[in-house]
Amino acid sequence: MTEPILRLENVRKTFPGVIANDQVYLDIRVGEIHALLGENGAGKSTLMNCLYGVYRPDGGKIFWKGKEVDIYQARDAIALGIGMVHQHFKLVPPLTVTENVVLGLPSKREPFLDVKTLDKEIGEIAKRYGFDIDPTAQIWQLPVGVQQRVEILKALYRKAELLILDEPTAVLTPQEVEELFSVLKNLTKMGLSIIFITHKLEEVMAVCDRVTVLRLGKVIDTVNTSDTSTRELAKMMVGREVFMTVNKPELVPGEVVLKLNAVSALDNRGLKAVNDISLEVRRNEILGIAGVDGNGQTELAEVVTGLRPATGGKVEILGKEATNRSPLEIMEMGVAYIPPDRQHTGLLMDFSITENLIGKSYYEEPISKKGVFQKDAVNTFTEKAIKDYDVRTPGPELKAKSLSGGNQQKVVLARELSSNPDLLVAAQPVRGLDVGATEYVHDRMVEARSKGAAILLISTELEEILSLSDRIAVMFEGKIMGILPGKNADIHEIGAMMAGVHQTESGTVVREAEKPL
Amino acid sequence: MFEGFSSIILNIDFYAAIVRMSTPLLLGAIGSLMAERAGIVTFSMESMMLMGTVGGIIGSGLMNNAWAGVGLAIIFGVLIGLIYGIWAVSIGSHQIVTSVGLNLGSLGITSILYALTFMKGGEVVEEIIKVPTLPITKIPLLGDIPFIGPVFFNHYPLVYVGYLLVPMVWYILYKTTWGLKVRAVGEHPHAADTVGISVIKVRYQTLILSGAFSGLAGAFLSICMLGSFQENMTAGRGFIAYTAIVFGKWQPIGVALGTLLFGAADALQLRIQAMNENIPYQFLIMLPYVVTMIALISVVGRASWPAASGLPFKREEG
Repeated sequence: MTEPILRLENVRKTFPGVIANDQVYLDIRVGEIHALLGENGAGKSTLMNCLYGVYRPDGGKIFWKGKEVDIYQARDAIALGIGMVHQHFKLVPPLTVTENVVLGLPSKREPFLDVKTLDKEIGEIAKRYGFDIDPTAQIWQLPVGVQQRVEILKALYRKAELLILDEPTAVLTPQEVEELFSVLKNLTKMGLSIIFITHKLEEVMAVCDRVTVLRLGKVIDTVNTSDTSTRELAKMMVGREVFMTVNKPELVPGEVVLKLNAVSALDNRGLKAVNDISLEVRRNEILGIAGVDGNGQTELAEVVTGLRPATGGKVEILGKEATNRSPLEIMEMGVAYIPPDRQHTGLLMDFSITENLIGKSYYEEPISKKGVFQKDAVNTFTEKAIKDYDVRTPGPELKAKSLSGGNQQKVVLARELSSNPDLLVAAQPVRGLDVGATEYVHDRMVEARSKGAAILLISTELEEILSLSDRIAVMFEGKIMGILPGKNADIHEIGAMMAGVHQTESGTVVREAEKPL
Repeated sequence: MFEGFSSIILNIDFYAAIVRMSTPLLLGAIGSLMAERAGIVTFSMESMMLMGTVGGIIGSGLMNNAWAGVGLAIIFGVLIGLIYGIWAVSIGSHQIVTSVGLNLGSLGITSILYALTFMKGGEVVEEIIKVPTLPITKIPLLGDIPFIGPVFFNHYPLVYVGYLLVPMVWYILYKTTWGLKVRAVGEHPHAADTVGISVIKVRYQTLILSGAFSGLAGAFLSICMLGSFQENMTAGRGFIAYTAIVFGKWQPIGVALGTLLFGAADALQLRIQAMNENIPYQFLIMLPYVVTMIALISVVGRASWPAASGLPFKREEG
């Protein structure tokens, strides 16, 4: 067998109080796509950052083409031929494709930058790899899928032989994912080796040759994808049997709780983010909003909860006018909200668990009387919430930031659901949570549905939408492209709508006129 | 009043004065633009300029040569640039607060340096010290063109440095690899870091330039226009130069136009003062600052500063 292009031997990396990686063995063969599979916090990113010179491993050896190497900084990794495509792209939005690709490299006429010649050169290289990219376009003008290809191009331009892709599908539509897969397969034919970091089992099976599973910072096993199954991989990843379906009782939707009529709103830049949206959510029903991140879902959730003004249309909650009411008024109408970002908007990280738990009821009796907290009532309330929602904490006085992601989200759930809301707006409720915590959050949402809540679920994870929703609405550039029944929904139809294709009466789809970039 | 006003704007000297009054603003603002584009708030220009004024006087006075003054002004400016860099770049302190500290501190330091240098037998000199100044240099041929010549090409040498600086900074920012690094560092330092650019190094380099040209701006005030030193002689010009950067939306041409606008306001108020109308001079001195405030209203909401402006760079945050 030929020498692997990269070999890790007993790599170890610790942070104060945490062992991020321990006894990691990994070998990457030339021309393979090798999945690095693990849950959030399993140590995948830390490991790759060690490889890319962002962190220094505390122990172990790294071999590149058989020779032991030390990687002190990104520059060293690049010089060896390691290219990294980060989950959050490292592209400079106002710069052009060419400028981003050549950034940091000396030019042929140093110190001068001959933009025109470079544009031509980059254009030719892009074409050689089959990328359709305009080198003079500025990054912010490009769709996410194309931006990702710019990142790949950037690595290839630096003569990368090993490409590390960190959760590359997180921001893509199903169609873009398929395009990415064909690009990757094409690249391996040209001799490139690829490390594919993911927590999605289907992707591992679809595109990878071998897979290394990480759990709690350690390598569980490396197997050929042809010799394994998603079920087996899931077991390795989580450490126990996983049931990937949510148990959801059949219920008949009741009265209309949320009614949107031609609602529009602007985003933070003043551009139209929510465009003429009409929909209804009923009791005992989960309406899932699918869509690629940044298509107005967050803004829609904020309009419903009163955090963002509607510029047009009408919001009704249980038949009462709720358009542009204050968040407090809307909350008192029976609306609960799980914000998409629990660290910034979901919780006050420097406040205690108690203070976070009473965040919605702090001004009411019995929690406070005439503006003064009632210690006994507060304690009773928090103790019950911590018990009911299984928040794993040594005590209620701990700061929210000291909890794990799953337990933080349990605090949010306890605060929002303990009042038995009529409407729950859940935006990315399981973002960044591990499988166990995800199960818990989903079970709680299904329970709220059974109790009679109407739920507006916003998620960019199609899996989540499909497993929970009674009906699915797809959002694209601020508009609803269509609403489908959740049962037996066609993933390809949803994918097409996520990319901007309208649903028609007959159920077939027509492509919206191509918009200029 | 109207007659007086028209006599001002019909006078060719007025236009030459605009160029002259704009020069220190231009040198500071354009010289600091690269640091701004690298993501540093150069609110510290006031102190760099102030140090430049006293550097100019000391150098020129001690060596009896105005060019020695220019050299020392640059050194003093760079020194402040480096000190600012230690706090703003290496330590990562709050840049506005650090700048305020430097600006207030240098107010005292400049006066002390001045007094110590020109002390006579342990006594602080009472009379104003006069030092050699740079000569007004007319550019051959260009200086003879009617109107254009006297307005643009009959000035102190540092004015011409300002002229050259605008296209040079534009060229550096957009047509060199280093300029590309500067822009990337100011917009997305982590992206720059991942391709092996040293964010810290680039920011220090731009701060050295900011200090050098702001020092030069100070020298212009002390050893071109006056040949002597007064306490707080920049009188907020560093802040106005900063405003010109905002007004010009971080584009070299725009920033240059901004300095011209504020220079014009300054030239105008001086002339109205000289007309001896019954306007209290304190009101007139306000004029450039009022123009600054009005100019800022007009750019509100449309200014797009470098995305990483004022944010210290830290590596290990993922």
